[in-house]
Amino acid sequence: MQANAKPLYEDSFAVEGGNFDNAGRVSSNIKSILKKMGLSSDVVRRAALVAYESEINIVSYSRGGLIHLRVGSDRVLIEAVDEGQGIADIELAMQKGYSTATEKIREMGFGAGMGLYNIKSFSDYFQITSEVGRGTCLKMIISISDAAGA
Amino acid sequence: MELAAIVKAMGLEVRAGSERLNAEVRGGYVGDLLSDVMANSSEGDLWVTRQIHQNIIAVASLKEHAGIVLVQGSEPTKDTLEKAVAEGIPLLVSPFSCFETAGRIYNMIATKGEESLGAR
Amino acid sequence: MTLREVKQLLDAEVLVGEDKLDMEVRTAFGADLMSDVLAFAKPGSLLLTGLTNPQVIRTSDILDIAAIIMVRGKHPSPEALRLARELRIPILITRYILFETAGKLYMKGIVGCLEKVESK
Repeated sequence: MQANAKPLYEDSFAVEGGNFDNAGRVSSNIKSILKKMGLSSDVVRRAALVAYESEINIVSYSRGGLIHLRVGSDRVLIEAVDEGQGIADIELAMQKGYSTATEKIREMGFGAGMGLYNIKSFSDYFQITSEVGRGTCLKMIISISDAAGA
Repeated sequence: MELAAIVKAMGLEVRAGSERLNAEVRGGYVGDLLSDVMANSSEGDLWVTRQIHQNIIAVASLKEHAGIVLVQGSEPTKDTLEKAVAEGIPLLVSPFSCFETAGRIYNMIATKGEESLGAR
Repeated sequence: MTLREVKQLLDAEVLVGEDKLDMEVRTAFGADLMSDVLAFAKPGSLLLTGLTNPQVIRTSDILDIAAIIMVRGKHPSPEALRLARELRIPILITRYILFETAGKLYMKGIVGCLEKVESK
C-alpha cells in the first residue's frame, strides 16, 4: 500500500447532523468526482455506496461530521468522522438487522440495521473506531484494479 | 386461488401454518413498513415482505392475511417462527426478489381468472 | 419495454422525465427499505417504492436507477421533486399498489434484479 504517495485528488466535505433534506448530497458529489476521474463503474458505485451509508449514519446519529475523500493511483479512501453519541458495542452494531433507529428514521425507509454491514461488504478494507460520548470514525478503502474492465 | 397451489407452483418453503394452506388468496400486498401494511393491506392478501421480526405475525393475524411470504430467502427469527406456529399463520420463504415474488403471485392469480382465455 | 409503455401500462402520471420516455427498461426492484435498494438494485433498473422523501432520489442517483415508480398514488415531497428535477431522474406515479404494479410489469416481461454490487 502506497500510503505516502501523493494523492490524485483529495477533499473534505461537511455533513450536518439531523439534516435529512441534504443527506446524500456529499455522496452524489463524490460519485460525480470519481466518475469524472474515469474510474471504473464498479469502483465508482462501491465508493458512492459506502460514502452514502456513512453519510446517512452521520446525519441519523450524530451532531455532524466530515467525509474525507482521497484518491490514489491504486485506491479510493473514504473516511467518515463524526461528533456525537458514538457506538457502545461495535460488534453488536455491525450485526445484520441491529439498529438504534428512531421512528422518524424508519419512516424514511432506513433503520433496517444493514448500514455498517453493507459498508463492510462493499469495501476492500474497512475499519471502525468509536468512543461513546465523542463520536465515530469509519475508514473505507476501495481498491482500483489495474486490469481493464474490472 | 388456494395458497397451496401458489406454494407448489413457486416452490415456496413452508416454515409454519402448513395446516392452513387451503386458505383462499384474494390478492397480495408488498410492504416492509408495518404501519403501511396495517393501513393498506386487506383480508385474504398474501403479504410479501422482507421483515423477519415477530411483529409481522401480529400484523398478519390482525389483518387476516392468507399468509406471509419472506423474500430473497430471508428466514424468520426464532421468535417469529414460534409465534407463527402458535397462531397457525402460513409462513413461507421465497428464493426470489420481492419484485419476482410479487410478479409471479400476481400472474398466477390473474391467469387463473382467465384460464379459458389462454393468458400467459 | 420503454418508459412510455410503462406509463401506459400503469396508467401513470409523469412528474419528471417527459423527455426520457423512449428509454428502455428491462429490470425492476421493489422496496421500502433503503438498505435493500442499496444492496441489490441494478443500474438501469426501475425502482418501485412507496417512499417519497429526498433520500429515495439520492439512492436512485447513487445507483443509476432508470426511473422511480411511486406506487399507491404517492407523490414525492417538494424537496424530493426538486431534487429529481435537478438530478434528472424520472418519476412516474401510479395508483396501483406495489404488488399489482410489480405484477403488471412482470407479466409484460420485466424481470427482477437480485444481484449484489460486486464486492471484493
